[in-house]
Amino acid sequence: MRLTGAQIVWEMLHREGVEVVFGIPGGAIMHTYHPLSEYGIHHVLVRHEQGAAHAADGYARASGRVGVAIATSGPGATNLVTGIATAMMDSSPIVCITGQVASSLIGTDAFQETDITGITLPITKHNYLVTDVGDLASVIHEAFYLASHGRPGPVLIDLPKDVQQAETEFVPPESEVRLPGHAYIKAVDQTEAIARAAKLIDSSQRPVILAGHGVSMSKAESALREFAEMIDCPVTVTLLGKGGFPASHPLYLGMMGMHGDAQANNAIQEADLLIALGMRFDDRVTGDLSRYAPHARKVHIDMDAAELNKLIPVDVAVRADIKQALSTLIPLVTRRERPQWRTEFRDWLEDSRKVDVVHRPSNGRLTVPHLIDAMSTATGGKAIVVTDVGQHQMWAAQYYRFDHPNAFITSGGLGTMGFGLPAAIGAQMACPNAEVWAIVGDGGIQMTVQELATVVQEELPIKIALCDNGYLGMVRQWQEMFYDKNYESTHLANPDFVKLAEAYGIRAWRAKDLDGARSAIDEARKHSGPALIDFQVVGEGEGGNVYPMVPSGAALHEMIRRPHQTKVGER
Amino acid sequence: MKRTLIARVEDKPGVLNRVASLFRRRAFNIESLTVGHTEEPDVSRMTIVVDSTRTDAEKVAQNLQKLVNVIRVEDISELPAVTRDVALIKVETPDSRTRAELMQIVDTFRARVVDVGVETLIVEATGTEEKVDSLVDVLRPFGIVEMVRTGRVAMVRGKTTNKGEYK
Repeated sequence: MRLTGAQIVWEMLHREGVEVVFGIPGGAIMHTYHPLSEYGIHHVLVRHEQGAAHAADGYARASGRVGVAIATSGPGATNLVTGIATAMMDSSPIVCITGQVASSLIGTDAFQETDITGITLPITKHNYLVTDVGDLASVIHEAFYLASHGRPGPVLIDLPKDVQQAETEFVPPESEVRLPGHAYIKAVDQTEAIARAAKLIDSSQRPVILAGHGVSMSKAESALREFAEMIDCPVTVTLLGKGGFPASHPLYLGMMGMHGDAQANNAIQEADLLIALGMRFDDRVTGDLSRYAPHARKVHIDMDAAELNKLIPVDVAVRADIKQALSTLIPLVTRRERPQWRTEFRDWLEDSRKVDVVHRPSNGRLTVPHLIDAMSTATGGKAIVVTDVGQHQMWAAQYYRFDHPNAFITSGGLGTMGFGLPAAIGAQMACPNAEVWAIVGDGGIQMTVQELATVVQEELPIKIALCDNGYLGMVRQWQEMFYDKNYESTHLANPDFVKLAEAYGIRAWRAKDLDGARSAIDEARKHSGPALIDFQVVGEGEGGNVYPMVPSGAALHEMIRRPHQTKVGER
Repeated sequence: MKRTLIARVEDKPGVLNRVASLFRRRAFNIESLTVGHTEEPDVSRMTIVVDSTRTDAEKVAQNLQKLVNVIRVEDISELPAVTRDVALIKVETPDSRTRAELMQIVDTFRARVVDVGVETLIVEATGTEEKVDSLVDVLRPFGIVEMVRTGRVAMVRGKTTNKGEYK
């Protein structure tokens, strides 16, 4: 079968099981778009390439499959960069295909030429510039393999125009990829290290499990539950670890870190053993490293050897897939109960409940914790929640009760504002029957607001919860707390978001208090199409700040707690 | 302490760039890096020397191993190995007396004079870095016009071992 490079792209995507791609055509990729309709792959036309990369990322995170983004050369390719870096930081499997100027023009500063393989070198797991159409099929196969195996990540394929046009005899690549280095990484026996971990676990009195993104990536949720119950050990999760352990479980401590739950941070600081599973001791999780978990021995299990002993020297380092490691570990540990430890962390939990804003009456004005709590109740915790970045993101993590894996999609490592809306598009494409909520801020949504058009064009029933406080809220919070309330460049003069949504053809509501929020949520859920709710929320003071907060440079136990005395929403 | 890493890498375009980019991105401080062909046609070999007081060699190795085109990384610092550095040193020779003196020194170091010009000569020296260092020290008073060194290359003695392999 003789095929052009363009046809090979789709033929191979089809063979890799791709059903949907996100992209925008342009000069250097038009040739690839031409035969698209012959292959039955659905193309989602985004409005900016950054949206394509985020949508592919959201698709990947919601489905566990590889997401695909397509862009033209030059500006099309560079617009992908933020999305690629986001996927890299959060280990999300995406494949980006970019057009490139013809091979003969590479290096001449041709129109819309940019060295995208050079630019993306440090933010991809791997990338390719295909110079021979004969290599194309195997490159695509390899790219999908690399994106999804080992520690997942983004892979970029740059395709010069002449390679797209060139014809060759299509030979399907062998299913086994030939990557000598990668194959070598795979085969490691960790039995001895796991046995040492078991000994430490058995001898510990106050262990804490730190569950990260690796838990859900390796589908180890039920293994984790079995393990935690067996050793009667509380579990705290990272931001991306949400849903890896059910929020309703009695051993669940909540989220750790800068805006983590107080009981989780306290438990870490008081623990005598940390069992870290598929997480990487990010600075937002540890606070001051030198005073992090000072009494604890550490067991770290991660699939990426370079993460072990990277920031924290550990007592036992296990390079393994979490599920596999747990299946070896579980038979080696002794079943036991830790009633004293349980009492201690339940006291902390009770204490947190007392200061929690949602357990106190509001003074009539709306806060984000209240509305997310209402949303969690209304959806029964069953929605896929996609967030942007900032205060609302932290509140979503704190107040939406996730019992299921892959239901919380957020930009953790890179903290990319503008991620929420396009990633929700990807998530809804991956799970057409799921209820998808995009929780965004008024700052973040305006970074990719053009994707509202994509939502409408694709008729996606996404519900957008816009937490509108008229500020770049997280920066404003820092200014309030650490910069003498000097709100430099954080106030936003916003458009009328209801009118804006309606201009795109999206039903929209505005809510100013909790009752209004509840009914808007109900209305939006009843509406079969896309919906946006402009929640006008408290922008300053207690109800407008995320608590707890570990200030930068502080240790976890030095977190700033929510003040007790004021009424919520008071300014 | 200096640590020596050997990386066998696929001989593909851009591999050196990937390695260099990794060092830059992770802020790894590298003493020297040499690349060359090996006994296998599609495999290149890099010898990387790291000052372990400034950069953790294990981190370098683990991160190198993650690059798709890197086949295998070994830390051979603890293994019996032959290490060599090659230097070409151009020295000033204003008169025949200095030239004769230089020739003697070069002989003592078992280096070779590979080019003699009117006012300069080029010395080729092969040996451990320490040996080349001391030759350079002795030649310096004569006036070194130009010098190039390959940086360390290394090979483990005896049958191939895999004791220093990274996993």
